[in-house]
Amino acid sequence: MPKKLAFWQGNMAVAMGGIAAGCRFFGGYPITPSSEIAEVMAEELPKINGRFIQMEDEIGGIAATIGASIAGYKAMTATSGPGFSLKQENLGLAYMAEIPIVVIDVMRGGPSTGLPTRVSQQDVMQARWGTHGDHGTIAYAPSSVQECFELTIDAFNMAERFRQPVLVMSDEVIGHMREKVVIPEPGSYPIVDRKRPKVSPEEFVPYLADPADDVPAMASFGDGYRWHVTGLTHNDYGFPTNEPEEIGKKHLRLVRKVERFRDEIVKYDLEQTEGAEILVVSYGCVARSAVRAVREARAKGIRVGHFRPITLWPFPDKELIQAAGQAKKVIVPELNCGQMISEVKIALGCKAEIIPSNLVNGEILRPHEILATIEEVA
Amino acid sequence: MSERFEIRFAGSGGQGVILAAVVTGEAAALYENVYAVQSQAYGPEARGGASKSEVVVSHDVIDYPKATRPDLQVILTQKACEEYAHDTKKGGTIILDDFYVSDPPQVDADIYMLPIVRTAKEKLGKEMVTNMVALGATARILELANVIRPDSVKKAILARVPKGTEKLNEQAFEEGYSMMKEKK
Amino acid sequence: MPREEIKPWLRTRFFPHIWCPGCGHGIILHAILRSLVDLGKTREETVIASGIGCSSRMPGYINANTVHTTHGRSLAFATGIKLAKPELTVIDVMGDGDCTAIGGNHFIHACRRNIDITAIVMNNNIYGITGGQASPTTPVGARATTAPYGAIDTPFDICRLAEGAGASYVARATIAQPVLCEQYIKKAIQKKGFSVVEIITHCHTQFGRKNKRPNPVDNLIFFKENSIPKAKAKEMTEEEKKGKIVIGEFVDREGLEYTEAYLKLIERVRG
Repeated sequence: MPKKLAFWQGNMAVAMGGIAAGCRFFGGYPITPSSEIAEVMAEELPKINGRFIQMEDEIGGIAATIGASIAGYKAMTATSGPGFSLKQENLGLAYMAEIPIVVIDVMRGGPSTGLPTRVSQQDVMQARWGTHGDHGTIAYAPSSVQECFELTIDAFNMAERFRQPVLVMSDEVIGHMREKVVIPEPGSYPIVDRKRPKVSPEEFVPYLADPADDVPAMASFGDGYRWHVTGLTHNDYGFPTNEPEEIGKKHLRLVRKVERFRDEIVKYDLEQTEGAEILVVSYGCVARSAVRAVREARAKGIRVGHFRPITLWPFPDKELIQAAGQAKKVIVPELNCGQMISEVKIALGCKAEIIPSNLVNGEILRPHEILATIEEVA
Repeated sequence: MSERFEIRFAGSGGQGVILAAVVTGEAAALYENVYAVQSQAYGPEARGGASKSEVVVSHDVIDYPKATRPDLQVILTQKACEEYAHDTKKGGTIILDDFYVSDPPQVDADIYMLPIVRTAKEKLGKEMVTNMVALGATARILELANVIRPDSVKKAILARVPKGTEKLNEQAFEEGYSMMKEKK
Repeated sequence: MPREEIKPWLRTRFFPHIWCPGCGHGIILHAILRSLVDLGKTREETVIASGIGCSSRMPGYINANTVHTTHGRSLAFATGIKLAKPELTVIDVMGDGDCTAIGGNHFIHACRRNIDITAIVMNNNIYGITGGQASPTTPVGARATTAPYGAIDTPFDICRLAEGAGASYVARATIAQPVLCEQYIKKAIQKKGFSVVEIITHCHTQFGRKNKRPNPVDNLIFFKENSIPKAKAKEMTEEEKKGKIVIGEFVDREGLEYTEAYLKLIERVRG
């Protein structure tokens, strides 16, 4: 049977991946370079009885998205740079109130207005620590348009499973380039829906977590259950609490529910890591250049491999240690001044020399530039 | 075809260079099932001045998504020529519009001056189809380099253009294809 | 004491409430619940949203679908809920700072969009929960912890703001007229479109102490003596209206409601 093919922009694939995952609500605000996602949603959602709303600002965009999720919809928003900063407060509310949503950040250069039309990878730490307070983070970094589609489905599945926001950290290069996508048949990939309460509305305790997975069942507004949603630290009944025991219990669970299932969440990709003396670690659009550089270096007889974290968070540290093997030198090319490199340093410690390779001029690192770094340290 | 074949369309805003690259990518990805990646410049530089769009075609998975040394450049203005012609691959191909490009570049490539804009404007009566004439010429080069077949480009054009304009666009494509075939 | 019929609407588990003894918010809570009961609304189909502040703690005490969001943003959350499920009755309770300062943008756009949500703005002219700082409705000359020499900036007229931005129903009453409050809230809930009921209340703890109305009763007397009906206000000069509270219905109009418009759009797109 012929597969269904498309030649899509990354931003288009993110939108279509969301729809394939069951997303039926999008709340957003125009911002370059993510606006195409909103535009596609504005066109597609009404066709399938979904809802699109352009809100008055970035904050309203994520707020409406969270509201729709509380009402039972799979919902997402998309943004970039300054918009991602603006969304941080309500992102925190969604972590605290355990509301599943998907947030797409198409990274551009910062700080501030920075470079609206040019690529960067400067938001990867903001993805982890952007909102105040602790929580588990799940964030994907697609390297191809195909991954934009597939990882957005994964993002929805993880959001629904763990009842929390999940981030897709795309970038201007991946978001704007067009590439072939093989669209899988509906039903050929897993779709996860949030756990619904099994008890009657009278017995329903909205934040009583199942010990099996630390995730409470979620009712929707309008489906017969009545419950209270708050950004205040709350007890199992959803009521604000100042009891140290209740506070600690809630807070630790927000971190633990992701940590416990880290092995099931983590994704990564390897390229010729066997016997590598040098390892290159990169993600997103940069990984495309790095893989090419690694292939060219191998052709020149240099024993080099590539490790690509697909989940930036949780960071695949154990897998990186495994892949690094006996490598004595690890190069970390990034379109920032060195962000994920700290995770690489934490994972590999003094076992290898960790070498940064940074570019912050709005361009993508080119294969020959990474190759030059490989040859320099070889 | 070598491992990857890089094509760049360059001109000024309104000449349809982005659509030309998208159609080339679609021809490869959707009608021949080879790999293709299209990219373009965004923002202030995409408005007025020199505008460009690139497509990389390959039988293998494409890693780096942008053109490094284009195998083929299709350049429709003098300004774009000055800005982009120099990084053509050695021995590659440059197609220039003979109306807007006055001063061909001194580079090691096969250079063809073709009446792209004039054909669109005078013969077909619509300057808007400049990019389709350019695509016809492109298709001939891609055919000779064993990258993709002209028929795939034509199919991609017909799937893209507004209803009622198919004939005009097809004619534009054929004009471009023949003017290139006469030369090579 | 609350009426018997409204008791199932109270989450007594969440009591005692955080409001100071004598706070006006309780009168408003009661008026909202009487309205919902009288209109035959069920707790399952009712959503109460709020932002941050003393008044924004109200949803916690209401046994319905309740959401206590971030400061100023509740209308944006409520918009998402209402668009997702237009069949729900959505009420958004806000304070003056929440609504007109940090949430001002969401407020004017909810008015403009004319989405079928009822906004109840409890205006006590002060930030109460943070300790008595000046708000956009603190009168000129009134003292607050961040206006120790008296406020100098012109306050917002919330009703005129809502009217100008496009709300379908706009009314004002004070807590000294609880029956009027109830009457306006009922009309607001029934109105298809965005409705705003501004209810003038007091914060004797934070505002009253600094402005010569330190007891709840002082405030109730002040409201009674200074409330003037809209009709009477028309005959008064600006000078005479200074310091007075004009009560009444200011807007009652029909307009295209947002969720209806969206559902029509879906019909049109789907053919």
